[in-house]
Amino acid sequence: MEKKIGVYICSDCGIGEALDLEALEKVGKNEYSAAAVRSAPFLCSQEGAQLIKDDINNEGINTIVIAACSARVNTDAFDFDPAQYITERVNLREHVVWTQQPRAAAEAEAAAPEEAPAEAAAEGEAEAPAGEAAAPAETAEAAPEAPAEETGPQVNENTQEMAEDHLRMGIVRARASEPPEPHIEELNKTILVIGGGPTGLTSALQSAAAGYDVVLVEKEAQLGGWGKKMYKLMPDKAPFAESRKPDIDNKIQAVEASGKIRVIMNAEIEKTAGEPGKYKVTVKSNGSSETLDIGTIVLAIGWKPYNANRLEHLGYGKFRNVVTNVEMEQIAIDGSGTIARPSDGKQATRVAFLQCAGQRDPEHLPYCSSVCCLTSLKQALYVTESNRDAAAFIVYKDMRTPGLYEEFYKTAQNNPGVMLTKGEITSITEDASGNIILEIDNTILGEKVMVVADMLVLATGMVTNALPAHVEGVTDLTPEYVGSWRETETVDGIIKEVVADPVVLNLEYRQGPELPYLKYGFPDSHFICFPYETRRTGIYTAGAVRHPMTAMQAANDGTGAALKAIQCLELASRGMAVHPRSGDQSFPEINYTNCTQCRRCTVECPFGVLDEEENGTPKTNTFRCRRCGTCMGACPQRIISFKNYSVEMIASQMKAIKVPEEDSKPRIIALICENDAYPAIDIAGLNRLSISPFYRFITMRCLGGTNLVWIADALSAGIEGFLLIGCRFDDDYQCHFVKGSKAANERLGKVQETLGRLMLESERVTQVQLALNEWDKLPQIMEDFAGKLKEFGPNPFKGF
Amino acid sequence: MADKVLVIGGGISGITAAVEAAEAGLETVIVEKNPYLGGRVSQLYKYFPKLCPPYCGLEINFRRIKQNPKISYFTLAEVESISGSEGDFTAQVRVNPRYVNEKCTNCGECAAACPAQRADDYNYGMKSTTAIYLPHDLAFPMRYVLDKSACGSGCQACADACAYGAIDLNMEPKTMEIKASSIVMATGWNPYDASRIENLGFGVIPNVITNVMMERLAAPNGPTKGRILRPSDGKEVKKIAFAQCAGSRDENNLPYCSAICCMASLKQATYLRDADAESTAEIFYIDLRAPGKYEDFLRRLQEDENVALTKGKVAKIEEDAATGDPVVTVEDVLGGGKIRKQFDLVVLAAGMEPAAKGVKMPMAVSFEGNGFVDGDGLAAGISVCGVARRPDDVSTSVQDATSAALACLQTSARALETAGGN
Repeated sequence: MEKKIGVYICSDCGIGEALDLEALEKVGKNEYSAAAVRSAPFLCSQEGAQLIKDDINNEGINTIVIAACSARVNTDAFDFDPAQYITERVNLREHVVWTQQPRAAAEAEAAAPEEAPAEAAAEGEAEAPAGEAAAPAETAEAAPEAPAEETGPQVNENTQEMAEDHLRMGIVRARASEPPEPHIEELNKTILVIGGGPTGLTSALQSAAAGYDVVLVEKEAQLGGWGKKMYKLMPDKAPFAESRKPDIDNKIQAVEASGKIRVIMNAEIEKTAGEPGKYKVTVKSNGSSETLDIGTIVLAIGWKPYNANRLEHLGYGKFRNVVTNVEMEQIAIDGSGTIARPSDGKQATRVAFLQCAGQRDPEHLPYCSSVCCLTSLKQALYVTESNRDAAAFIVYKDMRTPGLYEEFYKTAQNNPGVMLTKGEITSITEDASGNIILEIDNTILGEKVMVVADMLVLATGMVTNALPAHVEGVTDLTPEYVGSWRETETVDGIIKEVVADPVVLNLEYRQGPELPYLKYGFPDSHFICFPYETRRTGIYTAGAVRHPMTAMQAANDGTGAALKAIQCLELASRGMAVHPRSGDQSFPEINYTNCTQCRRCTVECPFGVLDEEENGTPKTNTFRCRRCGTCMGACPQRIISFKNYSVEMIASQMKAIKVPEEDSKPRIIALICENDAYPAIDIAGLNRLSISPFYRFITMRCLGGTNLVWIADALSAGIEGFLLIGCRFDDDYQCHFVKGSKAANERLGKVQETLGRLMLESERVTQVQLALNEWDKLPQIMEDFAGKLKEFGPNPFKGF
Repeated sequence: MADKVLVIGGGISGITAAVEAAEAGLETVIVEKNPYLGGRVSQLYKYFPKLCPPYCGLEINFRRIKQNPKISYFTLAEVESISGSEGDFTAQVRVNPRYVNEKCTNCGECAAACPAQRADDYNYGMKSTTAIYLPHDLAFPMRYVLDKSACGSGCQACADACAYGAIDLNMEPKTMEIKASSIVMATGWNPYDASRIENLGFGVIPNVITNVMMERLAAPNGPTKGRILRPSDGKEVKKIAFAQCAGSRDENNLPYCSAICCMASLKQATYLRDADAESTAEIFYIDLRAPGKYEDFLRRLQEDENVALTKGKVAKIEEDAATGDPVVTVEDVLGGGKIRKQFDLVVLAAGMEPAAKGVKMPMAVSFEGNGFVDGDGLAAGISVCGVARRPDDVSTSVQDATSAALACLQTSARALETAGGN
């Protein structure tokens, strides 16, 4: 599109007082020949917005640069159709004016320059921490001491330069930006549900009820999963006091009766190729294979019991009357509620239950399986219900019956046949008649207790079926996938990665056949805020595959996952991204002519978007993409770009920064993540925290988009240093693109070499992990970095 | 017919339901009684177990709202009545006056001019704000609001100070009608009133606070700017105790478990421990409930020598007259006997009470015995999610809200089918 740029500068909220707006206008007029450059008060008002609209209508302005407040506010006021216009917000208010010394204080200093020169204060030589120095109360008091009328309008030079650079960067960013042209294709909207247990059945029924066609595949010969293998279920309705009869048959019948659900039994997925809306899934069943057109996928493959053979220390496998909680269900089913012990079929009148049989144990399952306390309570009631004289004895670490399940715990507590104690087992032995003898220490009773039971039930835990069947332990897994290490030699080094073993999806993805996990095999997601967002767009996990949960929670989870599966298709069919950049219609485009097949993009993409040709050339799959730009940052050839986000664009922003010759005016680039660092600086501004005026902020979709080429270029042009402000990475990562900030950090490891070649200190490029609510720490972090750069001395390339 | 979803409540559950439904194609409108969206989670300093700020996820959700023309919201708004049935509900919504209109630029001049103060409910009354105030740093919408009950009579200092004509002291409540095909109840929770718990001293002993207050005390935008100072004398807290099940699992208060308080206290122990290496924390509990993967977080605390986890119910808290220290008496379940210990500050891990409990509802709602909405007792087209339904953590509430969004989609599908059938 042929650009006609309009620059609109707001003079309100302190901007007009702190800055020389005429000089700012000249930047737009003289340096960039903008077609229209205007300053106006109260730009976010109807009148202000009208000014812009008039220019659009009368002058043909199509590229709108608004130099005013944060892009996070007044979004309605400046809501110009993104399909027709480029709108770029330059954050003069929060990021510049409000974080700089207020005008009154600057004037006070100008009047007495010997006391505290502005630069010195900003460079961290002032004694007071930045936060306190700029307390709003003090500045308000300082105002009357230096009335504007006496000194005339004066503008802090550093603040002005900061504002002008930010305006320059905004203009060039807008100039390099094109409206996205959405990628729209006819998509298949069938939902594939993998797993026919309580979760999968619910997902299938709920998707169908919303009008979508469903294919439900189940590996076994019958539907129902664990729902078929339980004598009774935990309560799922108020008052949560009584266990209930399994209702799985109702769901199975509903699925079978539904005209919208096709069920494939004895099914195995041989291959999942493609991308959301365009998946080709090959399913093998009863000897024949069939390829289905699928839109999105709900993965509800559930759990398996932890292998009790590893619990020999608890008597399993050694004593016949030691069983697992899963076996106990079968015993109850077989006896229609009567509990017969395995060794001799005698009705058990004293049954002991041992909680955390392997769970909460770093040697076995370090996590808690969430449901086992409830399961044992339920099973203890089997014992007493079938025989009024029978007793159940539960030994636990902590009784975990959270929320309204407390009521079920009370039911057991009120049952005279159920005894409960916290305790630790010190020995498990068997007597001649097959009874199990438990010695228990640290009980609530305050003494050692010995229990002789007909049988012992081990409350064993749940392992996700996302792990391959052969994997029994969860503590010693290779990172992200179970598999073997492979090293690939490429044009610029060796890539070391895990080649994943196939489990269920058999994805034809360059990054492997399954969903990556974070810990213990549970598929990775932003599990607090966005629990369904896995690292494979269009594939949503639900139920105990995700983390241990009850059947009630699993059914609910299956419903939520169905919504996400539908939503992905609805967004994709409009060419839009899903979370976290929901609605974004841009997507990465690759200029193949310069591709060196280095494979960095295909390896680093957090979402497995890019596949590879045999020779390593990347292949895009737009509907898998989340638009973070990690591929763009990874590419040393700069050939991956979005219509409105590219390596060239950000490079041009960096070039737009004026680097003065004076050493007292260093220029530091801060790359800031749009979701966290950007608002953190906003809040610092809102609280009038003072930050160094030598920083220039460039907003990134994610630090994962950081391209090393910028660093070498900018440092060669005299920029003193780079501060990358992004999200925490590793286990407790906060990056919304999961691996973006981590990818940036790993890339920085490689920049050392470049800096060494330039004879520059490696710390000139530093990444900090900052959470949004750590805005109060920002001034100090930035001062410290600026201070360090000062210690290094000026960048020798400056002025060349 | 309006194919619209009405979401009652703009906390994390309501926001999630609205955003998820809208991104699946439905128009949604959120009605929130506070002057901002975000609800209780916006008052939390960090989430367990990642210790990440709730703002981070909220910010993403606010962005999704801002960029999506299908989502609208009303703050300071309450649903007064609902009539009709699935596919064709009509809600009467009262919007209380903000006294600040859309011209507000958030410049802050009004607050600088305001002579009156009010207790800051965002900070649970631990500090005050001016009568005209910004609810908090990340408030969405980012707009001032006036608490007119705090104003001096005839004062119009704020209106005089505003250069943008954004303050309208004569704003009146408005009632409007919203047509909706489906409704999501996401009315959330209130902290249990800890002063109702006998013997634990809340409201009497200044250095006994609740867990929600502790969140504000640790937050950089809280009353102490994130320094954990105790209320009575502003002394830095070195020795902290947490009393679990304060009122929870207690027939005289809340008979149920609130599901999150154990994790919340473990998390809050890290607030102090991470700030001060010398500090100590002791948690008195009945059962430590750290389900699923949360166990790792418990283990992290167990490995900290300065954190003691003691099984025992706090029976009584008294104040040491000389120091103002709370003195805790605990029935030591394992050791036997009673423990008496003095701390700088005691945090009561108080539970969550459904906000809808005892409140006149705009439509027929059935409750289970504790005041949580019984989802099965709701009319077709109405669903409930989050803590309105049962006490749960954020992750589970988000999951629940997402499933509520699907229920709305199903309402639309049924409507389509009916329309097609005709």
